[in-house]
Amino acid sequence: MNSNPATIMTDPELADRTYIEPVTPEYVAKIIERERPQALLPTLGGQTGLNIAVALAEDGTLDRFGVELIGAKLDAIRKAEDRALFKQAMERIGLALPRSGHARSLEEARTIVSKVGYPAIIRPSFTLGGTGGSIAYNPDELESAVRWGLQTSPVGTVLVEESVIGWKEFELEVMRDLADNVVIICSIENVDPMGVHTGDSVTVAPAQTLTDKEYQLMRDAAIAIIREIGVETGGSNIQFAVNPADGRLVVIEMNPRVSRSSALASKATGFPIAKIATKLAVGYTLDEIRNDITRETPASFEPAIDYCVVKFPRWAFEKFPEADRTLTTQMKSVGEVMAIGRTFKEALQKSIRSLEQDRWALTLGRPLADDELRRLLSVPNPDRIFAIGDAYRAGFTTAEIQSLTRIDPWFLENIREVVEFEQQIVAAADDPEVLRRAKQLGFADRRIAELTGATEPAVRAARLGHGIRATFKTVDTCAAEFVAHTPYLYSTYEEEDEAPPTARRKVIILGSGPNRIGQGVEFDYCCVHAAFALRDLGVEAIMVNCNPETVSTDYDTSDRLYFEPLTLEDVLNIVERERPLGVVVQFGGQTPLKLAGPLRDAGVPILGTTPDAIDRAEDRQRFNALIAELGLNQAAGATARSLSEAETIAASIGFPVLVRPSYVLGGRAMHIVHDDEDLREFVAEAVRVSPEHPVLIDKFLEDAIEIDVDAVADGERVVVGGVMEHIEKAGVHSGDAACALPPYSLGEGQIRELRAQTRALASALDVVGLINVQFAIRGETIYVLEVNPRASRTVPFVSKAIGLPLAKVATAAMLGHSLAPYARIEERELAHIAVKESVFPFIKFPGVDVVLGPEMKSTGEVMGIDRDFRKAYLKSQVAAGETLPTSGAVFISVKNRDKRPVTTLAKRLSEMGFSLVATAGTARVLERHGMSVELIHKVGEGYRPNVIDLIKRGHIALVFNTPEDGRARKDSAIIRRTAVAQNVAYYTTVDGIQAAIGAIEALLKGELRVQSLQEYHADLR
Amino acid sequence: MKPAWLVLRDGRTFRGRSLGAVGEASGEVIFNTAMQGYQEILTDPSYRGQIVAMTYPMIGNYGVNEEDVESRRPWVNGFIVKEASPVASNFRSGASLDAYLARHGIVGIQDIDTRALTRHLRDRGAQDGIISSVVTDPAPLLERARALPGLVGRDLVAEVTADAPYTWSEGGWELSRGYVAPPPPRFKVVAYDCGIKFNILRQLRTIGCDVTVVPASTTTADVLAAKPDGVFISNGPGDPEGVPYLIDSVRGLLGRVPTFGICLGHQILGLAAGGRTYKLPFGHHGANHPVKDLATGKVEITAQNHGFAVDPASVSARGWEPTHANLNDGTCEGLRHREWPVFSVQYHPEASPGPHDANYLFHRFADLMSQKGG
Repeated sequence: MNSNPATIMTDPELADRTYIEPVTPEYVAKIIERERPQALLPTLGGQTGLNIAVALAEDGTLDRFGVELIGAKLDAIRKAEDRALFKQAMERIGLALPRSGHARSLEEARTIVSKVGYPAIIRPSFTLGGTGGSIAYNPDELESAVRWGLQTSPVGTVLVEESVIGWKEFELEVMRDLADNVVIICSIENVDPMGVHTGDSVTVAPAQTLTDKEYQLMRDAAIAIIREIGVETGGSNIQFAVNPADGRLVVIEMNPRVSRSSALASKATGFPIAKIATKLAVGYTLDEIRNDITRETPASFEPAIDYCVVKFPRWAFEKFPEADRTLTTQMKSVGEVMAIGRTFKEALQKSIRSLEQDRWALTLGRPLADDELRRLLSVPNPDRIFAIGDAYRAGFTTAEIQSLTRIDPWFLENIREVVEFEQQIVAAADDPEVLRRAKQLGFADRRIAELTGATEPAVRAARLGHGIRATFKTVDTCAAEFVAHTPYLYSTYEEEDEAPPTARRKVIILGSGPNRIGQGVEFDYCCVHAAFALRDLGVEAIMVNCNPETVSTDYDTSDRLYFEPLTLEDVLNIVERERPLGVVVQFGGQTPLKLAGPLRDAGVPILGTTPDAIDRAEDRQRFNALIAELGLNQAAGATARSLSEAETIAASIGFPVLVRPSYVLGGRAMHIVHDDEDLREFVAEAVRVSPEHPVLIDKFLEDAIEIDVDAVADGERVVVGGVMEHIEKAGVHSGDAACALPPYSLGEGQIRELRAQTRALASALDVVGLINVQFAIRGETIYVLEVNPRASRTVPFVSKAIGLPLAKVATAAMLGHSLAPYARIEERELAHIAVKESVFPFIKFPGVDVVLGPEMKSTGEVMGIDRDFRKAYLKSQVAAGETLPTSGAVFISVKNRDKRPVTTLAKRLSEMGFSLVATAGTARVLERHGMSVELIHKVGEGYRPNVIDLIKRGHIALVFNTPEDGRARKDSAIIRRTAVAQNVAYYTTVDGIQAAIGAIEALLKGELRVQSLQEYHADLR
Repeated sequence: MKPAWLVLRDGRTFRGRSLGAVGEASGEVIFNTAMQGYQEILTDPSYRGQIVAMTYPMIGNYGVNEEDVESRRPWVNGFIVKEASPVASNFRSGASLDAYLARHGIVGIQDIDTRALTRHLRDRGAQDGIISSVVTDPAPLLERARALPGLVGRDLVAEVTADAPYTWSEGGWELSRGYVAPPPPRFKVVAYDCGIKFNILRQLRTIGCDVTVVPASTTTADVLAAKPDGVFISNGPGDPEGVPYLIDSVRGLLGRVPTFGICLGHQILGLAAGGRTYKLPFGHHGANHPVKDLATGKVEITAQNHGFAVDPASVSARGWEPTHANLNDGTCEGLRHREWPVFSVQYHPEASPGPHDANYLFHRFADLMSQKGG
């Protein structure tokens, strides 16, 4: 049960029954009532799963239906999650925690700080990813930190804690079975010391700087903790801090469940923690479970690693320029990469290029003054590791850098070695020994090229000429003590290559790299399906990816897994030895797509749609020609190569215009521009973002309905999988917009026409595989906005809504299989409707405006599925975390052009029993239509109470705010931010408001209904 | 840094760089999969006669210190690592690994593909080899490697055992307190030193033993003359069949005094009982070996370091039964006599390095002595 359609987990083939329903106690209770399971396993679904389980246990649901909590019982969860109980438990077993106390109010917090001193850590109870946590250095900061923390904690308590900032931070992944056998799967050491959330830290596995004596103390503590807390089976993650001055060990926290770190530990060791945890939960003991990799040894052991793993977080601050880039105890990253090397130096350098941020070395690549360097080193931030490299270049000593960063000198010295070796590369790049050493240290060919003034292909040719090529080694859980049967590989520059390719027919799938905004697990879903399809077809599936959070990097998803950066160099290393039938680039999003051209140029066969067709869809000139040739419409527009060209184009097509650089995913630097001043600003930014590519300027189709179509083609036949109608009108990025499948307001004729146009485009581009087309409908005219001859973000959503795995079908098509068996898919009438809604990370970035626009900001999505649109939309909202009210006050403030449509909506609300609150302009319009409105002051007028006060007092149940375009919207941003912070449902578009009102009506009327995906799909046959 | 060679008896050759002392060293090449605890490994006398390759690639990260030693000096014949850390980072660190090895004259090699070496040893078995940082041509090393005597049948215990009896008074290690004062003694124990690790002595002391450590050549009569409450037979290097005099002495003790054996001590007990030992292909050397207690079914993660094993079938007819089994390969990890107060384990309950899961065995020894005495 999960509301996320993008995961493999909610694939109907994976479970006997799959519920895509909101993950809330209410809905889970409904499912329990319907399915009557014997047990609930709460320890695998992260904090969400755990919180739901607690709620269902506490409200008696589990008892009522005789459901047993397995893995961790309620008492154990409480003991681990409730700070006070946890502290008592640790005292019982003689373990120390940082000194601390619990506060339910600011006064209580102040009293505690008077004992523990500044800086103090503020941690809200029961939140995920450290949400709401912060560090207070003075009374002012304490006040805001505590207020924020109390708001984010679902139980209204915060822990105020002695700071162990600067101590070394470690994590142990622990497993226990019902026979009380306990093993440690992996130790993880954070490069960034305490004070930075582990999700935001560069981390390394195994621990590097502990003697055996210290490590065993930690191991003993971890075992004592899992026993004392009483987690019966499965994995737990325990965090420790160690004082570097004297080795003093304190317990930071325990997660009585698998966590992000468990996923990392699984990939880092080859020990599948979640899989084993599940078997343990149903009663197996560790010694009864085989180790899949060695086949002959049991799972009751502790993996031995003979390599180094580095995890590097991926942030998205470029999407939230207003957000504070300081890293604290609240996690801000949106994804991560993992790299494997024989040494820390090699793994660290591989991790950097895995990030896909166009960074190839430990440098920020720009000149930095010493004081700026000092600032970058002393305040944790995403650039800090890179700044350390630059600090060494600027002559800083390890001691200086250590005192600024408090990073262990072992890590710093390793960075120094790497940075200093660059001088040798510069001096003697033609020396094969230097070149070999450089590769062993993890230097990318591209960096060597940069340093020596050569080109990347020249460096590659030179090293291959010297016989310096990547060797591949196995991740085997046992440091080669036993034979490994699963080819889970990483590259390094050693003597022996231990995994020669097979003689089978094989295909390489390029994965999607780190999760980031615009590229999430949707693409991983497609890659995984491609691997499954290949295996079904008897073709060896070879996966390349560097994202430890994915299913594609499970060693049993593909026949061979290369845990490698997705760069041209690293991919060529694999292609050249494997000699596959071809490489699949269309499933992993922009990451592999960017490699399509260079790979083709290197003579590598690309499966499916050709790179030329991809280019035809991306290149503006060629795309225009295509649209014209097919007699389709597109918004007026042209390509600008300079600001003056942009101004000329805008003048000729008229404002508003949509400005964007080509070749980007997720709408990076895409803006709707309303006047010349805006244009100058955004073109400057857009050009900076993508200097090699010109800027596209299109007429913005105001108030148009946007449509997404996903289809699959085999070169002859085109099968349209789904037509999705966006809820929000044009102007909101398709990745952020909610959408419905099938469309809820389009006519049959329009849908037929959309399909026909999609077919025409796919045929013209000779698409073999997936294609996504974005349309806009304005009046009677259909415009083609974009054609993407590759997997789109909506493929898993569509696949689950229509009951056909599009990516698998596409993979078969790419291998020459006909789509004939699926020809009639389009004719199937769906008896249900599915709504996709986006999920945003705004709660993590208190300063940013939450209004939706053409730049994508969501980090994930949920799906609501039901018999009618209103119910499906309701589910999507609940699943996305919106608490839709059924009574109370609605605050309405809309821009001028929305005032007319909003009156009808307000009337409906008022009839449903809601009271209306509005500021003067909107109030006047509503009153004119006979509604009674409570008038409230605008923010910034100076009168109190204003709307912010009302929201904070909890007087507002719902916020409808459509901001004015351009600069004026900044004034109303605080209303939206406050709504987010107070967890008050808010809508920023008229379409959203309308759908929300429908959902509230459904809520008022309706009884909750849940149904499994398998049942929905059975209805289709 | 000087180049160095590692040449195995079967001809496999690795080129690397010198580590520690410059020179030449030979011995049986084995691999150890522990990820930390290299200082304890270096100073464990059981490694006498062996060149140890660490499978974990980065060794020396936390340097070396005064406390983490298992005997008075390092004993390994040679040391092999992928990358020896030039920086030593730990609050207790006193020196770098390289300096420590050099000071003690241990010849090492670094910068070789230790995983390739491990796979080779795994597939072909542990074998003799030579590290040299003094020759430029590895060819003659191969000839010399082929002439090496191997471990089988050799008495390496004689090289590491104490010259004369001594008593032990240090207790267990605690963070920030070091080795703490032990409780007052309750039992008088004679410990055979076949290459005993300090941490065994510390553990014995901690459970209340007044320990007298005696040379491996000490006779049955001399042991019994001391009227001990218990006898301990330690770990040690090489082939248990290489120390027949010790087997004889132990045979005389069987059934007469509570006895506990660890590692080589376990094998000596097996031989003294009339059983058979055999050489494993590449032994068990690491800190992650799962062992099942056959009585309780519980699994403990153990530190191991042995190249030979006891065949439990060879002693079962003589009143002995297996108590522990290795879950990786099913080999015998523990024995006890059905009537006599004697038991032994093949692995290392004293850990150091390694997990503390099996520490209960020391208490079992104390219980055995209490029952006998009370």
